[in-house]
Amino acid sequence: MIIDINFVGLIIASIMASAVPLILASCGELITERSGVLNLGVEGMMIIGAISGFALMTVTGSLIVAVFGAMLAGVLISTIFAFLTQTLITNHVATGLALTIFGIGISAMIGKNFVGIPGKEFPVLFESLKDTIPLISPILFGHSIVFYFAFALPFMTNYFLKKTKIGLIVRAVGDSPESASNQGINVRLVRYACILYGGAMSGLAGAYLSMIYTPQWIENMTGGRGWIALALVVFSTWNPIKILIGAMIFGGLTIIQFHMQAIGVRIPVQFLTALPYIVTIIVLVVISRDSRKIRLSTPSSLGKSFHKDN
Amino acid sequence: MHKFLIRSFVSSLVLLFTLTVAAVAKDVKAAFVYIGPTGDHGWTYQHDVGRKAVEAAGFKTTYVEGVPESADAERVLRQLANSGHDVIFTTSFGYMNPTNKVAKEFPNVKFEHATGYKREHPNVATYAARFYEGRTILGTIAGTMTKSNVIGYVASFPIPEVIRGINSFTLAAQKVNPNIKTKIVWAFTWYDPGKEAEAAKALIDQGADVIAQHTDSTAIVQMAEKAGVYAFGQASDMDKFAPKAVLTSVENNWGPYYVDRVKAVANGTWSQKDTWHGIGDGMVVISDLDSQMPADLRSKVKKLQADLASGKVHSFTGPIYDQKGNLMVAEGKTADDGMLAGMMTYVKGVEGDIPK
Repeated sequence: MIIDINFVGLIIASIMASAVPLILASCGELITERSGVLNLGVEGMMIIGAISGFALMTVTGSLIVAVFGAMLAGVLISTIFAFLTQTLITNHVATGLALTIFGIGISAMIGKNFVGIPGKEFPVLFESLKDTIPLISPILFGHSIVFYFAFALPFMTNYFLKKTKIGLIVRAVGDSPESASNQGINVRLVRYACILYGGAMSGLAGAYLSMIYTPQWIENMTGGRGWIALALVVFSTWNPIKILIGAMIFGGLTIIQFHMQAIGVRIPVQFLTALPYIVTIIVLVVISRDSRKIRLSTPSSLGKSFHKDN
Repeated sequence: MHKFLIRSFVSSLVLLFTLTVAAVAKDVKAAFVYIGPTGDHGWTYQHDVGRKAVEAAGFKTTYVEGVPESADAERVLRQLANSGHDVIFTTSFGYMNPTNKVAKEFPNVKFEHATGYKREHPNVATYAARFYEGRTILGTIAGTMTKSNVIGYVASFPIPEVIRGINSFTLAAQKVNPNIKTKIVWAFTWYDPGKEAEAAKALIDQGADVIAQHTDSTAIVQMAEKAGVYAFGQASDMDKFAPKAVLTSVENNWGPYYVDRVKAVANGTWSQKDTWHGIGDGMVVISDLDSQMPADLRSKVKKLQADLASGKVHSFTGPIYDQKGNLMVAEGKTADDGMLAGMMTYVKGVEGDIPK
């Protein structure tokens, strides 16, 4: 096979496009977890975002309303989680799982009327520049606004956590809610905000799938991507830049294995399809093997309820 | 006024009588067991369209969706048989053993199992569609329309149904264009729009200008539309999802069969049989042919469709060789149903190996 430089560019662009939902949901969940809350409801929030975005786009015809509506839907469903875990002090794991089951069920119910309707075309930016520079142009140009946002997000998240005061507060709340509380920080409020933010990002990730990546609605269309996003957060040891790397490896191997099949590489297909999962974990474990750093970046109070006695 | 009253009285009597008769005759309840959600817009969705046809014919129906092909299936079936259903349609291959097992316990309930071959009790019938006939048509179109001579094929799982489709498609494409290559990519899913789109994209990037699919979602035809290549709809008419890309679709049309069988239960004429219907019986439907296809191709396809329907042409007519060059079907012969049902080898011209 001839390796054409534009062909490489096209492959990289498709890898990046497939990584977008993972990056969005993971970066959202990362903030939630950094505040000490483990929300296993990512898959549920994503699917709610997917149906909300698609339904709003079909009903209102406005892409802006649909994108923000999907984020709002993610916020609303995560409010349930926040209320249960923060106000009623329920168990994070159980509540998060319930949220996923709830999300899948309710999205299927709302979605009944939206099956079999084609989506609208989502506008892309810099389309005219797509053929200017070989290799680079297809990677940089001709994508949706959500795509560019997703690739800026890990860096913004990193900056937010490391360089801003609010980021410091979030980390303090996640590491030691008692001390943070003694410093006069409203732990519950911070955690509420982080949960809702996570919900918004998951909602956006879902909307990307149903409105941009594969514009249609079918049940369970997130196909477990919420769980992969969750795994990325843990294996990246709560580091947004490593999330970006992990999401690219995962998306990359998924796509490259299809190419290997099409070329006719004689490797068992089952092994190829399992490859993205195995390699992503191995790579992230290897690049994060410094145990001191893991201890430092793991939110110490992750998944533990904080109950402040007045 | 007087006349009007009498007339309305008589007509309401007639109406009442009709309704009563109808109620007596149609007091049959049908149940459907689905492997996926009815919202998949694919396999299960089309079965549910069939169920709605039964409902429209005046029968009561219920359905259970997302039933795993495990002990759960048995439990669901037993529950449905216990709750007064007269006929139960089990619409996935993996329900074969549970269907036969539960059928033994409920001899008065009729069981209809889709795509299976076991009929161990007199109250079990089986049915399937000859989708490969539709793929003969798709292959003919693909072989004619391709310019790169590379045709992409997104497959789901290595089972006879899928292999048969790949073979039928490739044989037809080779017949009109001996230079074509069919590149196959296994997605190992029936529907996951993201994965299907990625598989299609990989094939397109490698030069395929016509994409066929044996997975269920519309993601592939949408990807083809975006990339400016041709594609075919699966299970339902997908033209509106990709008006430029979709040349035609092969539709699964279960409604007429379901209505027939439920009526047979109502009339007491139901009997065990094995149904394998194709284009001729209307179980496999070819959607409108796109006007981008040249007129002579369209008329050729129409003729092929008619010949497949009448049985004049068979999708698997010899000589057919396997990949190693061994004769599978001799010249002038056609593959019998037994061979088709268990087909697990590629024909000559298909690239790669079947995943084990």
